[in-house]
Amino acid sequence: MAMIDTRYETHEHDVIVVGAGGAGIRAAIEAAEQGLRVALVCKSLLGKAHTVMAEGGIAAAMGNVDPADNWQVHFMDTMKGGKFLNNWRMAQIHAQEAPDRIRELELWGAVFDRTPDGKILQRPFGGHTYRRLCHVGDRTGLEIIRTLQDKAVHTPNIDVFMECTISHLIKNGDEVTAAFGYWRETGKFVLFKAKAVVLATGGIGKAFKVTSNSWEYTGDGHVLAYDVGADLIDMEFVQFHPTGMVWPPGVAGLLVTEAVRGEGGILTNSKGERFMEKYDPARMELSTRDIVAKSIYTEVKEGRGSPHGGVFLDVSHRGADYVKRRLPSMYHQFKELADVDITTGPMEVGPTTHYVMGGVKVDPETAQSTVPGLFAAGEVAGGMHGANRLGGNSLSDLLVFGRRAGMGAATYAKGVASIPAVDEAAVQRAIAEMVEPFERKGENPYTIHQELQMMMQANVGIVRIDADLRKAIEQLKRIQERAKTTSISGSVTYNPGWHLAKDLKTMATISEAVARCALQRTESRGGHTRLDYAEYDPYWSTVNSIVRKNADGSMEVTTAPLPVMPEELKKLFEEEKR
Amino acid sequence: MANSRSMAINDKLGQTERRDSWWIEPLLSGLGLGLFGIYATWAAFQGTNFEWGPYLSPFYSPHINAPWFPLSPAFLILPFPLLFRATCYYYRKAYYRAYFMSPPGCAVGPAQKGGTYTGETKFPFILQNLHRYFFYFAAIFILILTYDALLAFNFDGRFGIGVGTLIMVANVIFLGLYTFSCHSWRHIVGGKEDCFSCDKMSKLKHGAWSRVSIINENHMRWAWISLFTVGFTDLYIRLVASGVINDLRIL
Amino acid sequence: MAEARLKVYRGDSGGGQYVEYKVPVEAGMVILDAIHYIQGAYAPDLAVRWNCKAAKCGSCSGEVNGKPSLMCKTRLDDFDLSEPIEVRPIKTFPVVKDLVTDVSWNYEINKRIVPFTPTNTNTDEWKIYQDDVDRVQEFRKCIECFLCQNVCHVLRNHDKKDLDDPKHLFAGPRFMVRIASLEMHPMDGANRVPFTKNEAGIGYCNITKCCTEVCPEDIHITDNAIIPMKERVVDEFYDPVLMIWRKMTGKK
Repeated sequence: MAMIDTRYETHEHDVIVVGAGGAGIRAAIEAAEQGLRVALVCKSLLGKAHTVMAEGGIAAAMGNVDPADNWQVHFMDTMKGGKFLNNWRMAQIHAQEAPDRIRELELWGAVFDRTPDGKILQRPFGGHTYRRLCHVGDRTGLEIIRTLQDKAVHTPNIDVFMECTISHLIKNGDEVTAAFGYWRETGKFVLFKAKAVVLATGGIGKAFKVTSNSWEYTGDGHVLAYDVGADLIDMEFVQFHPTGMVWPPGVAGLLVTEAVRGEGGILTNSKGERFMEKYDPARMELSTRDIVAKSIYTEVKEGRGSPHGGVFLDVSHRGADYVKRRLPSMYHQFKELADVDITTGPMEVGPTTHYVMGGVKVDPETAQSTVPGLFAAGEVAGGMHGANRLGGNSLSDLLVFGRRAGMGAATYAKGVASIPAVDEAAVQRAIAEMVEPFERKGENPYTIHQELQMMMQANVGIVRIDADLRKAIEQLKRIQERAKTTSISGSVTYNPGWHLAKDLKTMATISEAVARCALQRTESRGGHTRLDYAEYDPYWSTVNSIVRKNADGSMEVTTAPLPVMPEELKKLFEEEKR
Repeated sequence: MANSRSMAINDKLGQTERRDSWWIEPLLSGLGLGLFGIYATWAAFQGTNFEWGPYLSPFYSPHINAPWFPLSPAFLILPFPLLFRATCYYYRKAYYRAYFMSPPGCAVGPAQKGGTYTGETKFPFILQNLHRYFFYFAAIFILILTYDALLAFNFDGRFGIGVGTLIMVANVIFLGLYTFSCHSWRHIVGGKEDCFSCDKMSKLKHGAWSRVSIINENHMRWAWISLFTVGFTDLYIRLVASGVINDLRIL
Repeated sequence: MAEARLKVYRGDSGGGQYVEYKVPVEAGMVILDAIHYIQGAYAPDLAVRWNCKAAKCGSCSGEVNGKPSLMCKTRLDDFDLSEPIEVRPIKTFPVVKDLVTDVSWNYEINKRIVPFTPTNTNTDEWKIYQDDVDRVQEFRKCIECFLCQNVCHVLRNHDKKDLDDPKHLFAGPRFMVRIASLEMHPMDGANRVPFTKNEAGIGYCNITKCCTEVCPEDIHITDNAIIPMKERVVDEFYDPVLMIWRKMTGKK
């Protein structure tokens, strides 16, 4: 048995931000600019967060290309895309504040593509009425993360803790007052004491087999919040991006940016039919992601798929120079990984797990969860995108609500006189849980993880039915039990197997939340498609799903009524109809 | 930062895990430069057979009459193009790799030991920073050689074209491409500007900079082709002048 | 099914050795896929850094058969599978474990570079054209994989990484790119040229272009970033005519 150092180091800050993607860094900058001491803790190296994978652009009604655009239209597009399950106030704040967040990025050094008259260029995207996505070729996320990263490292009061995983949140009474974790590099334990905690950990995609998400996307923040009693909402809504690579096997699921369709890409089936004509003749390829994904799924299912089980996406008619200039990453990605030249022929694409709309229930103004002192922003937060997220709305969500979470946490922290004490017993329990896998004989966590992914893909994937979901919940129980018995070889030094042992439990928990919510919602809406309940249901358009942890540790899944949209916003939609 | 030591610090000359033939490139450029150096030195020592009819060897242009100078006039001329090439950003790569083995190839152990390396921070290599001045001289030489190439159409007062004419024209074109694809020149004509759209002047500069940038991408190619053509032009004229071959008149 | 043999470096700061693993080859497989297979099948504790697996994040830098490369972009079918493929961590930075190295030195360098300093803080008044930012956008493609830092002999073999002594410090190609992206930004008002010469040690670069050769983003690091910065340093520190001109006119 390996000897493990169970001592831990302690850091004290006013605010701790968990996760350093767009939302986390933006939150840290905001809290630090309010004069607070901030710890920015991330699992990877700084600047490698999942935000770099965002390609097509960031949505903001700047009106640079289409002057008719304004926040009201952006708001309505977002609500329609989310099938009206969105928190209306979040969608409103998002639409109103996104342009300012873009200007701020420019001021911090971001370099967007330009219009001929010297402004930020905007491109069309699915579900957006106007050309709205500010972008840098097809590497917009990289531009944003690098800009924020450089801003953060030059902002005093931010301490960055890289390659440090937070495994547990610790409460003092009702409030979250500390985060416990380990250094990935050394395996040593670390405790961050703070007045407020911001979660910005991203999504859950690694619970699925075919995914565009990296190893980091294990639902950490969702489960950290759930474990300390915070409500999660709408966990059934997982976005399957319509276009992921389907071949070769090693890259299956890798994202093919929506910008390909934004730049005129055409989807065809094996018969050469432009099948979107059947499913959404008005918007065609630029329909919302849920519709395009389901259309592709249907085409493949009905035997009109491409050789490797996808459909064809072709942008070569735009000419080689145009494609290379506007979609350079896609060009290289296909050329190098699949031997396909997208300037001369089509790509093969199919749906891939991409994003979770559900997440920690937050207050729209402050981003505070239902647990005092705990805030959430970005993908880990729920409500903003309803049943389906529009492309480009995620990057803007990160900045708008990252900033608000930073502000909210700062305001909250200022109201706390001193850093609260931490329950030592809770710390010791966390240490014991982390050390266990070294002390027992059991299964390899990789094996269980693969089973979990296959099971979720098969039963809680793009289309769902009652029986499959029940089966999934049953199997998840077993997986959860097995996840408690994994064993690990080697030392604590940079040991991915050990890291997975903990992440596996987290994924099994969040998978259960997804499956249970999916079982509960007996209708089809946005990212949630039930073959046995194929239509919208009027009742289900009035409620969000709620997940919370019972005192006995079991998972409770229920509903809560949607917040009521004020008249002046309702009027917008009525006026549009007329 | 606990320990920044590199595992490669003790790599010996040529030590690498690479399995490809990384040594071919430095070998070829070393041979190429070496052969040219030997030929040019030999040709410069000759002091004869550098002109024939309307042709004048680039090694001996402009025509200098310097009885006070103990060596051939080529030695008054060649230092300028030599210094231009010696401080050229491309040739620096070539000879640092091939001759100084600093390093001989990428991820291959260098000749110099660990901490003693000073790069271009100390004499003589700090003089590389004066490349732009050697460019100015090289640009003057392009004017002179263009004039020579025009004269090469003048066969005793009558317009004509010989193989030598074509060689001299090609030579000055490639030398021109090499000279004006210079990185220093690219900086001077516009690269030093931060804003290309701020006024009329900067727009012009952007035009110049982007054109130079286009040929600059092939600076290495021009460097080698022009090195060959300049040597070949001298050789051709030398062979004609010494009567080994006859110049073929086309017109 | 075809089989590849991978000799993977296993070890830590105290040293290590190559361990050979057999991996079944699938179509289009990359080195990182093979490493993941090894983790799942033989060595759950095999340490490797990776994120996007799409050459966008720059995490999985290593040396494959001695060539600095991103493991997610290096395909097995590019190799002769009759021989084992050697996979090792990047050599320039200290090994933490197996394929993972401590690259924190780079983050220290980044902190020292004066950040973007706009000349006008009202972005509504900005007019920036595509022509102005083409250069800068090339530099901003950098994914910070640090392969250029790894291959640069100034850092790799001459270890010019002394953060306490600028005489023995070279910021490396990645940060020359970073400096160039700031210096050439049309709205930036700071001057980083003295820093580039005195603290970032640009004079150490002897433009042997290995950085450009290994860049997975095809950034022309040497031609477009380092050489233009060297020329700017010449303007301020080495060009005698410009120096006299500045003395006479009193202009900066």
